[in-house]
Amino acid sequence: MAWFRRSKEGITGEAQKKDMPDGQWTKCPGCGEIIHKKQLEQNLFCCPKCNTHFRIGSKEYFAILLDEGSFKEMDKKMRSVDVLNFVDTKPYDKRLTDTMKKTSLMDAVRTGTGEIEKIPVAMACMDFAFIGGSMGSVVGEKLSRVIDKAREEEIPLIIISSSGGARMMESALSLMQLAKTSAKLAQLSDAGVPYISVLTDPTTGGVTASFAMLGDIHIAEPGALIGFAGPRVIKQAVGKDLPPGFQRSEFLMEKGFVDVVTPRKDLRATIAKMLRLIEG
Amino acid sequence: MAKLVLEFERPIIELEKKIEEMRKYSDNLDISHEITTLEKKVDQLKKNIYSNLTRWQKVQLARHPDRPYTLDYIEGMLEDFIELHGDRFHGDDKAIVGGFGKLNGETVMVIGHQKGRDTKSNLYRNFGMPNPEGYRKALRLMHLAAKFNKPVVTLLDTPGAYPGIEAEERGQAEAIARNLFEMSHLPVPIIVVIIGEGASGGALGIGVGDRILMFENAWYSVIAPESCSSILWRSWEYKEQAAEALKLTAEDLLSLGVIDRIIPEPVGGAHKGPKQCIEMLKSTLTEELKKLKKLKPEKLISQRVEKFGKMGAWKE
Repeated sequence: MAWFRRSKEGITGEAQKKDMPDGQWTKCPGCGEIIHKKQLEQNLFCCPKCNTHFRIGSKEYFAILLDEGSFKEMDKKMRSVDVLNFVDTKPYDKRLTDTMKKTSLMDAVRTGTGEIEKIPVAMACMDFAFIGGSMGSVVGEKLSRVIDKAREEEIPLIIISSSGGARMMESALSLMQLAKTSAKLAQLSDAGVPYISVLTDPTTGGVTASFAMLGDIHIAEPGALIGFAGPRVIKQAVGKDLPPGFQRSEFLMEKGFVDVVTPRKDLRATIAKMLRLIEG
Repeated sequence: MAKLVLEFERPIIELEKKIEEMRKYSDNLDISHEITTLEKKVDQLKKNIYSNLTRWQKVQLARHPDRPYTLDYIEGMLEDFIELHGDRFHGDDKAIVGGFGKLNGETVMVIGHQKGRDTKSNLYRNFGMPNPEGYRKALRLMHLAAKFNKPVVTLLDTPGAYPGIEAEERGQAEAIARNLFEMSHLPVPIIVVIIGEGASGGALGIGVGDRILMFENAWYSVIAPESCSSILWRSWEYKEQAAEALKLTAEDLLSLGVIDRIIPEPVGGAHKGPKQCIEMLKSTLTEELKKLKKLKPEKLISQRVEKFGKMGAWKE
């Protein structure tokens, strides 16, 4: 018998040996199942076998949640300015233009108005693909404006979060966006306008420590990583293994920080139902 | 305990020692001329060193263990201070302290992060890294201040909110978010002072207010330079570069519109003259509070929201 044993399955399992034409097939990060792109799309980007929710962007969420053709985007052209002249392994300005080209997005959030089952809403959705969904000045300003829009028009606000936290390349200016968005939400709340926060994988750092945790209602997608500090940082700080399911949606519901865990296929109906309950 | 000497302070301290030794012998010898020359040299050296500090060197000054902490300011500035404990839900966080006291005869609520100076007190204070109950205690005290119409002063000095398992379980993110939300519409004046380290959400969690003041050698940023180095450069070795890139000094933040005013420190940093710092803060707070007290709550809140609403840099 070998003196070592494979402790985890799936490193060189059957799955990889299958012949895959490029771009048509995706492997599920949860169970290793090979899924055709079409099938994945039809299943709202969830694995048909294990229900792992794939990370998707604003384009997909707007399509899934809003009534067809109802979305009107706000502040489409707003973009970041590198006032700090931030340079790490790459100048920030170059990082921005490269990411814009790669993702066809202007920054890590898109905002606007639309309808969910005929209910008018103000809506924002983050894009993790844009520098880890990080919040800098543009994310803060676009969110502030869509919050103002919800308050002025007295329509419910929905924000779908997916972010690694505040954007380091805008330093203190990024940090101030936590205060800015929270202050705007306090105004919205004082005006009695509902706000539903939808937490998706992953929502961490400054985004969780501001608008994502300030909803009247918190809805999380199954299995999403939600927390303040990242698991690696915590592990390093405490020198212990983290408990199973730690910082996942179900764990947060258990601890009292999430109202409902809703699979993506039910998200639209759940939000609509909730809004009718509140506003009816 | 031996005093901590920072690398860039060494030449000054060596010269000062030399002068001290010469003074001992000056009874028998007339070397007063030499002493004066050396003293002039020390002054010049100080000027050169302290006016050309790099951002990383300022971070080191901000972390100096002899720098005044929240309780030193409270003790030095306030009369009749009574510390109030606990969040009424979970416990009392020792990394955040607060209570009512009198500043020039007027009651204020002072809340701040508290670090320790040695291993024992640092363990007790969790190195100034709050848990959720710390932020919730702070919020409870702020609501008390609002109820009795007393202004709030917060003193920021933390390497960050504690990244622990229990902290996450009890909602570290929610606790900080809730404070930002509540502080933004608290109907009494809030003055925020960054006295040492202002690390990210852990600092901002008690940092929303009408006036944001900052000591000359304090730092305030979205992330500590070391952590920034480890994430962006994938190594701990780039902390100096990270500190430069993050533009985290008082001067940087004043020009970015993040803070309103810089409070000067004695030459060489706050640890060279804690008493002067306390006096400086006391007079600055008195002056700022006087202005804020004239404003009605609605005006105060709308100005506060507008202030943070303007922060950031973007183009359309």
